[in-house]
Amino acid sequence: MTAVLEAHGLGKRYRRLWALADCTLSIPAGHVVGLVGPNGAGKTTLLSLATGLLAPTTGTIEVLGGPPPASPAQLARVGFVAQDAPVYAGLPVTDHLRLGAHLNPGWDAELARDRIERLDLDPGQKAGKLSGGQRAQLALTLAIAKRPELLLLDEPVASLDPLARREFLQDLMESVAEQELSVVLSSHLVADLERVCDYLIVLVGSRVRVAGPVEELLATHHLLSGPRRDPDTLPAGQQVISASHTDRQSTLLVRTSDPVLDPAWTVSEVGLEDLVLAYMSQAAGRGRRNHHLEVQK
Amino acid sequence: MVIEFHLDGRSGVAPYLQLIHQVRQALRLGLLREGDQLPKVKDVAAGLAINPNTVLKAYRELEYEGLAAARPGIGTFVTGTLAGASLAAHGPLRRDLQRWLAKARRAGLDDESIEALFISTFRSAAEEDIA
Repeated sequence: MTAVLEAHGLGKRYRRLWALADCTLSIPAGHVVGLVGPNGAGKTTLLSLATGLLAPTTGTIEVLGGPPPASPAQLARVGFVAQDAPVYAGLPVTDHLRLGAHLNPGWDAELARDRIERLDLDPGQKAGKLSGGQRAQLALTLAIAKRPELLLLDEPVASLDPLARREFLQDLMESVAEQELSVVLSSHLVADLERVCDYLIVLVGSRVRVAGPVEELLATHHLLSGPRRDPDTLPAGQQVISASHTDRQSTLLVRTSDPVLDPAWTVSEVGLEDLVLAYMSQAAGRGRRNHHLEVQK
Repeated sequence: MVIEFHLDGRSGVAPYLQLIHQVRQALRLGLLREGDQLPKVKDVAAGLAINPNTVLKAYRELEYEGLAAARPGIGTFVTGTLAGASLAAHGPLRRDLQRWLAKARRAGLDDESIEALFISTFRSAAEEDIA
């Protein structure tokens, strides 16, 4: 399968600060990709590099087979909604659609009209008077009606109330089913994305910590609990993501493609949220953890 | 639409397995019959706000089990059944169960006790069958 987004050693530096560093990714087509990480992790930087709004400091990025923004033709194949769903506050809804039709060669006017109708948006209403949910839906309509192959959404649901959030995701999933488009959407909350994404990228501290199909990630991460033990004594194939210890017990989240056979461990499955949190705390506590652990040998 | 799916976010069961379970359940209860069309992938994805691939995966699994078949461009249809000849017996059995439930409540059992009693009896009966 071809990659919709491919990055090699991609980095972006602002003065002395690396917003994104050493990012190597290959996202296959046909997925809904969750880009998850805390605020300031580099999610917006990665999406801005993917749209060509930013140029990389190091490395390369290719979107739909070319470095963005390669050409107007390539831009026409990518839809992008920036954070907080920017719209023109002074323009009515209908003018947004007219603008979309003028600026996008593949504009699907019927789809745009149908969506606005279904969403019950008043075409004469100025966009600045819309609610947060309506504004997000208008921005999504514009991005979808250009009929992109890849849709990039930066924190699309962060500012929405739970009902608007659900409606937005329902609409997005319907479009994915209808148009077979690939989507990358970022969020600092994995719970928002759990049901919709089938591919996950965890970005913390400007670095990609883990990336892959959700199913594969869930199948290769396990929670082990058992008598206290030094994580360094685990088999070579078991990579420790997070570890916590009491006087007697150790609880480890490990990544391994082999089954865990050691009978000392009670093995349980890991949910997506726990998995993401483990990578986040690993990134936060790197280098500190070993000092806390005094294993009795 | 013949059946409508729902998801339990706290169950810890993967969404695609929940969909499969609900189809099997509906087949067992006779709510779904051979020839019925399963909800369209697009409608399930939009209704539950889940990834369409999750629905496709559930439907493929049902196809693999011989319970459903996809007709390209139209949808996925039920081709098998789980209720079988026993479906006719459901009515009387349900009435027996209702009588038993009423009896249990009169004896002062709450929901949790009823469930515990049923499951432990069910398990020990199953073990006796094996032995």
